[in-house]
Amino acid sequence: MYKYDEYDQAMVEARVAEFSDQVRRRLAGEITEDQFKPLRLMNGLYLQLHAYMLRVAVPYGTLDSRQMRMLAHIARTYDRDYGHFTTRQNIQYNWIKLEDAPAILADLASVEMHAIQTSGNCIRNISSDQWAGAAADEITDPRPWAELLRQWSSFHPEFSYLPRKFKIAVIAADEDRAAMRLHDIGIQIVEKDGQHGAAFYVGGGMGRTPMIAPLIKDFVPLDDLLSYTEACLRVYNRYGRRDNIYKARIKILIHELGADEYRRQVEEEFAHVKTLGIDPPRAEFDRIAAQFAPPPLDASAPDAVDRSDPDFAVWLDQNVAAHKVPGHAIINISLKPVGGIPGDASSAQIDLMADLAETYSHDELRVTHAQNIVLPHVRKADLYAIWQKLDEAGLATPNLDLISDIIACPGLDYCSLANARSIPVAQKIATRFADLGRQKELGELKLKISGCINACGHHHAGHIGILGVDRKGTENYQLLLGGSGAEDVSLGTITGPGFDEDGIVDAIERVTDKYLSERTEGERFVDTFRRVGMAPFKEAIYG
Amino acid sequence: MVEHLQADGEEPCVTLDAFLSQSNATAVRLESDEDARALIPYLDRLKLIEIAFPAFRDGRGYSSARILREAGYTGELRAQGDVLVDQIAYMKRCGFDSFASEKPLNPADVDAALARWPHHYQGAADAAVPIWKLRHG
Repeated sequence: MYKYDEYDQAMVEARVAEFSDQVRRRLAGEITEDQFKPLRLMNGLYLQLHAYMLRVAVPYGTLDSRQMRMLAHIARTYDRDYGHFTTRQNIQYNWIKLEDAPAILADLASVEMHAIQTSGNCIRNISSDQWAGAAADEITDPRPWAELLRQWSSFHPEFSYLPRKFKIAVIAADEDRAAMRLHDIGIQIVEKDGQHGAAFYVGGGMGRTPMIAPLIKDFVPLDDLLSYTEACLRVYNRYGRRDNIYKARIKILIHELGADEYRRQVEEEFAHVKTLGIDPPRAEFDRIAAQFAPPPLDASAPDAVDRSDPDFAVWLDQNVAAHKVPGHAIINISLKPVGGIPGDASSAQIDLMADLAETYSHDELRVTHAQNIVLPHVRKADLYAIWQKLDEAGLATPNLDLISDIIACPGLDYCSLANARSIPVAQKIATRFADLGRQKELGELKLKISGCINACGHHHAGHIGILGVDRKGTENYQLLLGGSGAEDVSLGTITGPGFDEDGIVDAIERVTDKYLSERTEGERFVDTFRRVGMAPFKEAIYG
Repeated sequence: MVEHLQADGEEPCVTLDAFLSQSNATAVRLESDEDARALIPYLDRLKLIEIAFPAFRDGRGYSSARILREAGYTGELRAQGDVLVDQIAYMKRCGFDSFASEKPLNPADVDAALARWPHHYQGAADAAVPIWKLRHG
């Protein structure tokens, strides 16, 4: 994985010094909260309901064990002994003191990490496929491209006061594990005539106006990647709406202009930007790519796995995925124990995952947008030993992609924007469906909960989505069906009137019962919904 | 290096509309929603272009500045309005060379902000050599 050189290290250290100075000025009363706000936001520091929240960037979701241990150290030293992994492959801490923030950033800088641009109206952390470098279906590792974009977008002088935040995802497989088309720019590395290039999907997003990004350019040559991205951003910075915060994302600009007119403007801008010499030479890409060289995996490692422990076999079938190298596997560690808080991990659990990565996974971990953790390069012969250690630590819940593998935002328990709580609803649903046999009978079922219309819990992209709203002072939950954030991307449809906290759990049970009675052989929930439509489900829910 | 105040005896800026409809003015003010490219045919006779920042969150002026510098403008490029000390380094990279902030700036803070960054990752409108170029010579 990528290692900082002297330049990268100097940049994060300069940022720590800058932010320390800004915090000093704020604590001394030299700048107002209004002036401080955009500065702290560009360092990932939010003021939430009860405390400051710090969001730490995990570029394209990749970590080594030293970095993972630092995340545990921060949880233990400055927070309440846990952290929350997010849908953008980052981690956030919910109980931070402003005066500790500079020390935390300095700790992060000591392990080549930072909180740069994890909030604010700038280009956010670049996300990617959590199986990058390990998945059999990728045409190349997308992370060198993401790293190239990370560097280009860091402290970008022109694009730090955009109309609104800006999220970029990069993948290199047809199977989309990163919700690529629900980003402001989704890039898929594709191959044409033996050359790799980038397909640009621009103008997707969730929030109160969900949109699937249209294809703006099917093949941008590698050597033009930054120029083309810069052109996309410049058109947005100049013409994106600034009169209404709810219409300021690029998806609204592209929707209002139309994809063809936006493309025309980008092409015109690109023709100019390309002359400026902002694209690094191929040698820089090669320098980065060399650091993502595959780990030395022995393709003759034994392929057989002893399945005699039945609990292990259940986990193996559900949470372990195929690796591109024989004799190896990808472990998906669920952070969704029944009754737990989706995405939370204690410092002891974070440390354990770091240890396992160091011992068994070539020192690599990944954070997934579904708020789980991946050990990407594990020998099959080690799976049982790893499972035993995970199980002891409460990290072996065998529910990947099942109904209890819920994405949930922090909701009204923490967030100052939320209208309703998300966490208790997730806990009640997971408890109602706790029986694993029942979950497996339902099969792949992606359930996603947001506590407000901003959709941090990706409810539009859930096979089943839940949106918490405030209805005359009480929490009310709307139900959506038929969304997907994968390569079969679609937006969910609201079933009808909402429910209270217990009512939504009952409604989901009626929906899943209906699915079981309607489905044909091998059909996932979302496939059945697409085939039969809303009407039978609506009838099952509302009678 | 940084001008904080309008110099005495300077020609006042005219609006973009006034400039385009008459004018032999050599100083023009561009509002944040006006198209910098409208000035491109006249850059060689302009001495001052003032770009408005009605609110620090309105970042259109950064693109306007770069577009003017990329088109070869060499005169004074001034950021005027809600210009904060923590934005000046980015503004300078986009081509601004003078700053008329509505609120007084502490010169020591300005100097510290401008001296903060040892290098830069990306090319922009200033003379800084991007890090990738330093790496590869």
